[in-house]
Amino acid sequence: MVEVNLHGRQPQTVINLRRVEELHEWSHRHTQQTVTIGSAVPYSVMETGKIAELVPALAQAARTVGSPQIRAAGTLGGNLGTCSPAGDSLPVLSALNAVIHLIGPQGTRDVAWGEFMLGVKKNALGSGEFVHSITVPVIQGWQGYAKVGTRNAMVIATASACLVRDTEEGLISIALGSVGPTIIRCSQAEKWLRKTTSLRAGAQINADLAVEFGRRVSDEATPIDDHRSTAAYRRHCVAILAQRLLVRSLA
Amino acid sequence: MTTTHPTSTSTRAGTLGTNAHRPDGVAKVQGGFAFSSDMWSENMLWGATLRSPHPYAKIISIDDSAALAIDGVECVVTAQDVPGNPYYGLIMSDQPVFAAIGDTVRYCGEPIAAVAADHPETCKRALAAIKVVYEILTPVTNPQDCVSGIAPQIHPQGNVYRHQRIITGDQSIVGDVIVEGTYEIGMQDQAFLGLESALAIPDSGGEGLELYVATQWLHEDRKQIAACLNIPEDKIRLVLGGVGGAFGAREDISLQVHTCLLALKSGRPVRISYGREESFYGHVHRHPATIWMRHHADRNGKILKIESTMLFDGGAYCSTSPAVLINAITHTQGPYKCDTASVEGWAVRTNNPPCGAMRGFGVVQACFAHESQMEKLGVALGLSPVEIRLRNVMETGDRLITGQIMDSVAPVEQCIRETDAIAMPEPLLPNADIRQIPGGTGLTAQPGNIVRGVGWGVSMKNLMYSEGFDDYSTARCRMTDGVVSVKFATSEVGQGFTMLAQQIARTILGVDEVLLDTIDTQVGSAGSTSASRQTWMSGGAVKAACEKVLEDLFDHAALTFELSRDHVRIEETDIVDILSGRRIAVSEASKGINLDRTEEYHHPPTEDLDENGQGNCHVAFAFVAHRAVVDVDVELGLVKVVQIATAQDVGRILNPISVQGQVEGGIAQGLGLAVMEEIIVKDGKVRNPSFTDYLLPTFLDAPLVEMVLIEEFEPKSPLGAKGVGEPPCISVTPAIANAIRNATGRELPRVPIRPYDICL
Ligand SMILES: Cc1cc2nc3c(=O)[nH]c(=O)nc-3n(C[C@H](O)[C@H](O)[C@H](O)COP(=O)(O)OP(=O)(O)OC[C@H]3O[C@@H](n4cnc5c(N)ncnc54)[C@H](O)[C@@H]3O)c2cc1C
Repeated sequence: MVEVNLHGRQPQTVINLRRVEELHEWSHRHTQQTVTIGSAVPYSVMETGKIAELVPALAQAARTVGSPQIRAAGTLGGNLGTCSPAGDSLPVLSALNAVIHLIGPQGTRDVAWGEFMLGVKKNALGSGEFVHSITVPVIQGWQGYAKVGTRNAMVIATASACLVRDTEEGLISIALGSVGPTIIRCSQAEKWLRKTTSLRAGAQINADLAVEFGRRVSDEATPIDDHRSTAAYRRHCVAILAQRLLVRSLA
Repeated sequence: MTTTHPTSTSTRAGTLGTNAHRPDGVAKVQGGFAFSSDMWSENMLWGATLRSPHPYAKIISIDDSAALAIDGVECVVTAQDVPGNPYYGLIMSDQPVFAAIGDTVRYCGEPIAAVAADHPETCKRALAAIKVVYEILTPVTNPQDCVSGIAPQIHPQGNVYRHQRIITGDQSIVGDVIVEGTYEIGMQDQAFLGLESALAIPDSGGEGLELYVATQWLHEDRKQIAACLNIPEDKIRLVLGGVGGAFGAREDISLQVHTCLLALKSGRPVRISYGREESFYGHVHRHPATIWMRHHADRNGKILKIESTMLFDGGAYCSTSPAVLINAITHTQGPYKCDTASVEGWAVRTNNPPCGAMRGFGVVQACFAHESQMEKLGVALGLSPVEIRLRNVMETGDRLITGQIMDSVAPVEQCIRETDAIAMPEPLLPNADIRQIPGGTGLTAQPGNIVRGVGWGVSMKNLMYSEGFDDYSTARCRMTDGVVSVKFATSEVGQGFTMLAQQIARTILGVDEVLLDTIDTQVGSAGSTSASRQTWMSGGAVKAACEKVLEDLFDHAALTFELSRDHVRIEETDIVDILSGRRIAVSEASKGINLDRTEEYHHPPTEDLDENGQGNCHVAFAFVAHRAVVDVDVELGLVKVVQIATAQDVGRILNPISVQGQVEGGIAQGLGLAVMEEIIVKDGKVRNPSFTDYLLPTFLDAPLVEMVLIEEFEPKSPLGAKGVGEPPCISVTPAIANAIRNATGRELPRVPIRPYDICL
């Protein structure tokens, strides 16, 4: 809708997914400890309630999207369809290694997040394909999303980050938004952290280490200067966000 | 809100001093109010404007044949179709209706042609089909180049709109303490919500037309339109379309002439309505400015001398740049005593977007500089922000740097003391609601990451037009068989004048029902709804007209009911003879009679400034103090304005809730300039012409406002009231900047303060 209203795009065909009931559904599979969310589920449903309990980072990301009106109408499918590096749900899907379930004329297929987003507003959707749903794991540990913008609500991310700490596996993953052409998974920094310290339940991290983690995370960002902000500020932001999220994950 | 003095004596619903209801209130809240963009007429065409994509380019050719060949396109107008003056402008007639072949476009977004067609989509296609060949020129984008003279002349009327000095006092004085700084103010947009829109309906004879338009000044528009169309003014009737905010952006002509040209050429009603992006190109903005200031003070903090240079970038066309500049330089001292000053101001022409009126009109820029200086002066002397200001407060009777004597009520000290007495907000608690913390739901910070700061700003603002301008206002009052109606051409832009006019008539004439006639040019000019002037000026005109009708009514009642003419007065809704004690209801006394009076109100005359900037150039002044408390995430540079405490000098309070609305709204707008609102222009092009990227404060950014209204009857004002519209937005900006400086220890010489200014 943003393309149509703001950029004057005139699509030849519009398919309304609103009445496809199964896309509005979500489920929790206890056996596999996963949550599957239909592409037409709006942010307002993810913000609170059961989804927020199971995937808190997604709820936090949803809570930052636009205004109440936008959150009532906007969906995960739309965020994935647009595939903007500033899409707020995307760093969460990345950090959680989400699987995207696609459906199209050739049937269904599953795409790992890492193969889904290809560039600025580019994704792996084939012609005639659309997003059916996504699946993310329910993590034991901690997860959080943080987003920097120039006002305190209704703002496109200047920079954002999602950090997930899996205390069972002793893993930390971190993904960044708005600091590159795609969502950036900071695998180097993740690896370094895993080598440097234990991340299992009860682990402690000293302040210097968190700062160093932030620095390494920001090294993996590839931000640009534009009218919204500067590359230097974006890089600085992700360093601070990574540092703070790591400290929070251990608090 | 607390008021320090009791207000009006009458408490009859809807009279002066009460929270009378707005006649347009319910419709606006329920969505039923017709804004100018809701207007529609039988057989109406849609109009649209072709604009230059270049900031500076020569037009080689314009070919509209492909556009005219499109089905549904009715006509195209260009510079060749302008029968009268090809230029318009409020002060200098220098802005082309359309840029002509052989001439240049001087800003990105300048109109070149307009089309009328059966549908907005057809218009879009027609615009795309018009072929314009340009020879691209290098734009002048640095205003300094116009002062130094190295920029090529980009308009026959030159690159300097105005250059003016103020020199007064003994220039050899040197202070014990000297502080200086160079300050920069970014380009703010008025960002009204009701976009530009007009509907022109040609007369059946084709000689004249009717224009429904959202504007600030119907008569000035008509004057300029008539000159461009080469039609006598009395053949053009302007009617106010529903206005959704103005803030200065509707003072200049935008789509008025274009709409009329299309209607006259097609012989059909035409409506043009801008979208948000076009609106950014369609109206003037607040001047970006660079101001250097140096304050000299003695050991006790008394200001001895102020030196300043101010450079205002007026953009491509003049608009009100000369007047904005005069406001800025004459407010260099702010609300403080100062005998010696040397100020030099420039307003220049560049290929940047044209700038003109916006709430605060030049004083915003000057105030940002002088209040930043006051904070520095306090630090240099080891005095608190309150103390340094109290040692310099202006009073009635003081001589200003222009030589003018301050003859308005001037409760500056009271503004500061009352503000200081307002309780500070609670400290940020560890379990604070995340929406109260900088970064909000972005969850960037926890209370431990936050530093709190406090800052002050105090300002003086002139009211009404200055420098010899007679911006009078006219009103007509009729009483027919007991029914009162008032008519005026005062633009109701959302400020509530229609409500005030009713309050005045109810109070003076002792009636409850007051009808409002159409706001149009069928009565004399009301002047512009700007410069905080309509309550004073049009309020004065409505009062004068009502009082004349009242005299007529008393004459009639005295005869008819044998009352003592010299001893009658209105009490509630009765005429009372205070000698005999007889009471006759106004409704009874006015039966069968028809009274009709039209009156003008003029303020006392003012003068031009001489070459040394001396002269009684302003009519009156109002004052306000702001104290800002901010929370700053110093590492990320994010800010939450926690509380604004303010005490404002408002004269007599005519409608408390309306004053409160102006104060809260003005504070939000000043906050916007402090931390987020800026039109970003690079190489003469606007980079953020949308609400996605031009950020306005949301409700979560709005601070808690604690206000005290200082009610002191202003004897010079017809109703005792001062204008309250502009002051709230002026010193709140430096107050917030000073608070952020206080929290971070950074100099931050520029607004809006961007996150990276704080943390990098
Ligand atoms: C005022 C405003 C504020 C906003 N703020 C934010 C914000 O803070 N954060 C943010 O991330 N976004 C924001 N957005 C952008 C947008 O609303 C959201 O990204 C939202 O998720 C889009 O969802 P939708 O269902 O409305 O998609 P639509 O607008 O209907 O579609 C967007 C794109 O996705 C495609 N699409 C939709 N569904 C599917 C599907 N199931 N499969 C494949 N493609 C699909 C569409 O074809 C289209 O190309 C904002 C938008 C507005 C207007």
